[in-house]
Amino acid sequence: MSFLTSELPALQVAVPLLTAPIVLLLQDRRLAWAAAMLASIASFFISILLLDAWRGGGDLSYAMGGWQAPFGIELYIDAFAVLMLLITTGASTLALGVAVVSLDDEVPAERQHLFYTAWLLALSGLVGIIVAGDAFNIFVFMEVSALATYILIAGGPQRQALTAVFKYLIMGTIGATFYLIGVGLVYMMTGTLNLADMELRIQDVTDLKPILVAGGFITVGLALKAAVFPLHSWMPNAYTYAPNAVSIFLAACSTKVALYVLLRFDFTVFQGNLPGHDVQFSGFLMPLAVLAILAGSAVALSERNLKRLLAYSSIAQIGYILLGASFVSVTGLTAGIVHMFNHALAKSALFVAVACLALRYGGSSLKGLAGAGRQMPLTMAGFVLAGLSLIGVPGTAGFITKWHLVLAAIETGGSGFVFVGVILVGSLMALAYVWRVVEIAYSAPATANDDVSEAPWWLLLMLWVPALAGIYFGLQPQLPLELSGEAAVSLLKHLQ
Amino acid sequence: MSAEYLITAALLIPFVGAVLIATQHRSPNRRETVTLVTAVALFLCVLPLAPQVLDGARPGLNVLTIMPGLDLRFEIEPLGMLFALIASGLWIVNSIYSIGYMRANNEKHQTRFYVCFAGAIASTIGIAFAANLVTLFLFYEILTLITYPLVTHAGTQEARRSGRIYLGFLVGSSVTFLLAAIIWTFSLAGTLEFVPGGILAGSASASVMAVLLALFVFGIGKAALMPVHFWLPAAMVAPTPVSSLLHAVAVVKAGVFCVVKIVVYVLGVEHLAALGSADWLPYVAGFTIIAASVVALRSDNLKRRLAYSTVSQLSYVILATALLAPLSTIGAVLHIAAHAVSKITLFFAAGAIYTAAHKTKVSELAGIGRSMPITMTAFTIAALSLIGVPPMVGFLSKWFIVQGVVQSEQYVSLAVILISTLLNAAYFLPIVYAAFFQDPSASEKQANHGEAPWPMVLALSVTAFLTIALFFFIGPVLELARQIAYLPQ
Repeated sequence: MSFLTSELPALQVAVPLLTAPIVLLLQDRRLAWAAAMLASIASFFISILLLDAWRGGGDLSYAMGGWQAPFGIELYIDAFAVLMLLITTGASTLALGVAVVSLDDEVPAERQHLFYTAWLLALSGLVGIIVAGDAFNIFVFMEVSALATYILIAGGPQRQALTAVFKYLIMGTIGATFYLIGVGLVYMMTGTLNLADMELRIQDVTDLKPILVAGGFITVGLALKAAVFPLHSWMPNAYTYAPNAVSIFLAACSTKVALYVLLRFDFTVFQGNLPGHDVQFSGFLMPLAVLAILAGSAVALSERNLKRLLAYSSIAQIGYILLGASFVSVTGLTAGIVHMFNHALAKSALFVAVACLALRYGGSSLKGLAGAGRQMPLTMAGFVLAGLSLIGVPGTAGFITKWHLVLAAIETGGSGFVFVGVILVGSLMALAYVWRVVEIAYSAPATANDDVSEAPWWLLLMLWVPALAGIYFGLQPQLPLELSGEAAVSLLKHLQ
Repeated sequence: MSAEYLITAALLIPFVGAVLIATQHRSPNRRETVTLVTAVALFLCVLPLAPQVLDGARPGLNVLTIMPGLDLRFEIEPLGMLFALIASGLWIVNSIYSIGYMRANNEKHQTRFYVCFAGAIASTIGIAFAANLVTLFLFYEILTLITYPLVTHAGTQEARRSGRIYLGFLVGSSVTFLLAAIIWTFSLAGTLEFVPGGILAGSASASVMAVLLALFVFGIGKAALMPVHFWLPAAMVAPTPVSSLLHAVAVVKAGVFCVVKIVVYVLGVEHLAALGSADWLPYVAGFTIIAASVVALRSDNLKRRLAYSTVSQLSYVILATALLAPLSTIGAVLHIAAHAVSKITLFFAAGAIYTAAHKTKVSELAGIGRSMPITMTAFTIAALSLIGVPPMVGFLSKWFIVQGVVQSEQYVSLAVILISTLLNAAYFLPIVYAAFFQDPSASEKQANHGEAPWPMVLALSVTAFLTIALFFFIGPVLELARQIAYLPQ
């Protein structure tokens, strides 16, 4: 057992990665799903074990093949990584749980094993990004996860899925290329790719201009991948036209992993070493975050498709994460990081509800959902509960985020009250667009669609687990706050 | 029974009742029985706590800690005790009335109605017993959300529109202003617990206190200070039992309760007085009093007139609290009780008139006192109480408020109270006169409708009786009010 625990970081990536070819060989869709689900559950279990290991022994460092850094490939797991792993593997498991029911309407039976193969590759790519300790392996896993994600989104039944994927592919590749250019520049100046080593070597660099340029490239590249306003245009279509299970998975974690890399890279390598960088970082990201919150919510208010509404809501929520991070304070970073967790819970629950509604009503246009409140009461109740977390009603996880965000804004002093206003106005807009859906669902049906029954119990379970978790972590947020607080503190330590 | 058990019971009983009511969807009689039994059980749990609080005990209950500095905690003090007594006591009467109303008008979705009602009472008890701002805010928001289905009960386009206004104003004000005020208070004081004398002494300047007070007062939309009052007339689209719940038992009372509680236990009466940060509030409240009374005067729809009367009366409480004088604080607290029993009677009467005679306008009420003598007598008693005529309880609260106003030499406020008393008379007395002393129209004489069903008449008789009885037996309420006004700092 101790052999396993010491190899956990490697296993976290290896388990989904090595299960992928097995799934490819399993032609039967049910077997393929079962293998993928097992791999996902195992990954989630490994993440929990890593949480335990981190709690017991602090940050974990693992050298692949026993070759030490900086020449060997190092995997590094700290509090931030543990939180992201829990989110990613948890979201994957939940989404696969939904896929077994929802995928049959979207992907032809004979291709589903290919779909699940891509799923496992995407999962291993995302997990690899999180645990990798050096910049190049992050890039490798970023490409793996991106390509696999394109396949997943293209599985959507409508034609527009292909154009959505194409747009995502172009923008994603530009983002990854920018990231690579930035990494290349830093490698050129420091001679190393290992992040911890970079942090040491960069202090000896005399000409900081290439570093500054590298910072710019990396920030923009990752911002593209993270759908930061205004580089977000690929996201709404990608989420809308993807199969419902894929939307659950992506909405919960894919953009957050890019933000994770951005924060880690920036705070580890750039913040402490470029003079005035923290001001540049804030100055660049704060207005973008504010715009994301306001513009994202505003567009969501006028959307007529439920999935696209939720996608624009995600753009606004990413704005909250960035706003918290741009305060460059413990409270602010805690707020941003804990929102990655809280938003994942809320959004995954909302997209599971979408899957339930799509199963019975077909499609996700808002008008088609009239009467859902009466015909699918448990589904809509779960939707409302998750929506309340999005709004930030006390007693939900979203409130914990809002609390910390507003506190962080007040802590920045006089101008902070503008941000307080933005954050709270964002909540109001979230109330408006969630309530639009609620009103349509609970009003009289436009077409007398009497044979619509409640969603299957299995999907309801998948819906209510994250919805209730949102309430639980709203009243007992110790775990996510412990991880986010630690992450914030260790990120800021690099500034000294 | 120990106080902790009683508090836990008081919080759980309405919640459990709501769940049980939902299960009795198929049998209306059993469902109604559950409602009544729950209401009585709740009152029996709340009542024994009163003697303990009067003696000076402050029983409490810790539930859980959310984050360091944020606890879900309950603690009963005199103001909360009074509010809980009003809410639980009037729930019994309101339930009896609702049964009569819902059955007589053959309303749909009755189960949803009773479930949300029980849930609303559960949140109200949570607000009453909250020991800190977090718990208060949690239950305040739950109350808004749980009363939304009650407001949109009719399901019509208009009901949904009104529901949007209701939710928009209440959640809008609470998420924007109240939450900002709470978090700002936390960052200044480091705690959110309710402490006599407030928690901000020494951490906030005069202007900060003034802004905080403004954020709190406008953030508590349920207190209906203009201009965050628009939800109140919009909510009139709901059935009358809901209006009486909103106006007398739970929602607006929660609003003014929160205002008084925050002024006394968070901002601190003496602290505010020393800094002069509340000097602006009597004028804003005074404006609301007069403006709302004028709108009431010009409203022909009876419920709309009563709605604006409520807006006006709530600002009496805010005005009295803002004067920061012990006598006016006593008056404010007494007025919470007095307005509750008086207004609920008026709404009961309005609903009875609608049910029996299908009339909603003041101009249609000529001669109705002859066919509905009990109802209109109750209406008269309640109206006189709100005007401030003895021997109704409304006289007592007004008496203390005026004493407080004179003692603090706030002559503008005195003028406001006098003018609004005249306006109250102007919009209530013509109804009484028309009902009893004018000849009924021809269609009214033909209709021959008589009184409303007996549960409704019973309910409004009880509350009218209370309006007079409380005048004579004001002792315990006055004692609770005194304890709030003369808190040891």
